[in-house]
Amino acid sequence: MHIMEGFLPHPWWEIWFALSLPVVAFGVYKMNKMIKENRETLPLLAVAGAFVFVLSSLKLPSVTGSCSHPTGTGMGAIIFGPWITSVLAIIVLVYQAVFLAHGGLTTLGANTFSMGIAGPVIGYLVYKAATRAGLHLYLAVFLAATLADWATYLVTSIQLALAFPAATGGVLASFEAFAAVFAVTQVPLAIVEGVVTALMFKYIVQLRSDVLVRMNVVSQNTIKRLKEAVA
Amino acid sequence: MKGGFSMKLELITLGVVVLFIAAFAYVSSNQTHEWGGADGQAEDVISDLTGGTYQPWFQSIYQPPSGEIESLLFSLQAAIGSLIIGYFLGYYRALAKIKAAKPALEREGKSDA
Repeated sequence: MHIMEGFLPHPWWEIWFALSLPVVAFGVYKMNKMIKENRETLPLLAVAGAFVFVLSSLKLPSVTGSCSHPTGTGMGAIIFGPWITSVLAIIVLVYQAVFLAHGGLTTLGANTFSMGIAGPVIGYLVYKAATRAGLHLYLAVFLAATLADWATYLVTSIQLALAFPAATGGVLASFEAFAAVFAVTQVPLAIVEGVVTALMFKYIVQLRSDVLVRMNVVSQNTIKRLKEAVA
Repeated sequence: MKGGFSMKLELITLGVVVLFIAAFAYVSSNQTHEWGGADGQAEDVISDLTGGTYQPWFQSIYQPPSGEIESLLFSLQAAIGSLIIGYFLGYYRALAKIKAAKPALEREGKSDA
């Protein structure tokens, strides 16, 4: 999903910065407020950020014969919501742009939008809808993380299509061309990311379900049911 | 398992990972691919769409001088992340253990007195 350095022409790189930066700024504000009000969220925040660090560093081979990487943002989106997750994502994207020539500083706005905002928003909404519909907690986490990953790559395809419309067929035709690169490649990766996120979430529920309940991520009833299912 | 959860999710994860590896083994044994990055392939699509006229207008400020150094920096990223996750999960686990052991310790303390 990294759009390479210099590969977004004017005015697109500015547009994506204009859309992303206010979200990240508000995310920083929300993050500070949350930590001040509730110190016990800090370790979980570190874990969610570290999870993005690990997953986005893994370039995995896919069935299409090319490699891509998960995003790891689903976990943060579920626990902290998209605002704060955008901050976690931009930290990783800056690291990769500066040290790895992966992504770029001029495309940081667009990449933050796809990985740090669009993906997490989808993940957050899917999680809320799935838990409200009464799905099993870990299935809800799986769906949220999988779709957050996949949505990120679809948004990257849209961003590139808008910037490089095809001579014949326009934006739609070039969206198909970019999605052909990203969408299928990402399906198995997104599924792996979903399962791993669900597993990680299970460990957090086991260890600190009290914090998750206080943050309104999981209801007390759900925790009770999970514990009864094993007992 | 006292106070624990079932291992079902671990088994599912293992199954998915095995399937993922099997898919990779199958594709790489039946077809020849470069296993390049999808991000780089998007660059080729841009080149196709613009007839090769698009020139990136900005260059990366730093380029890892070799594949080795690039993988070093990627591994570093993963290592830092894993370290933080392991540290806090271990911290939480110990905390839960201490909490669980506390009533027992207090009882012992009382019986001593």
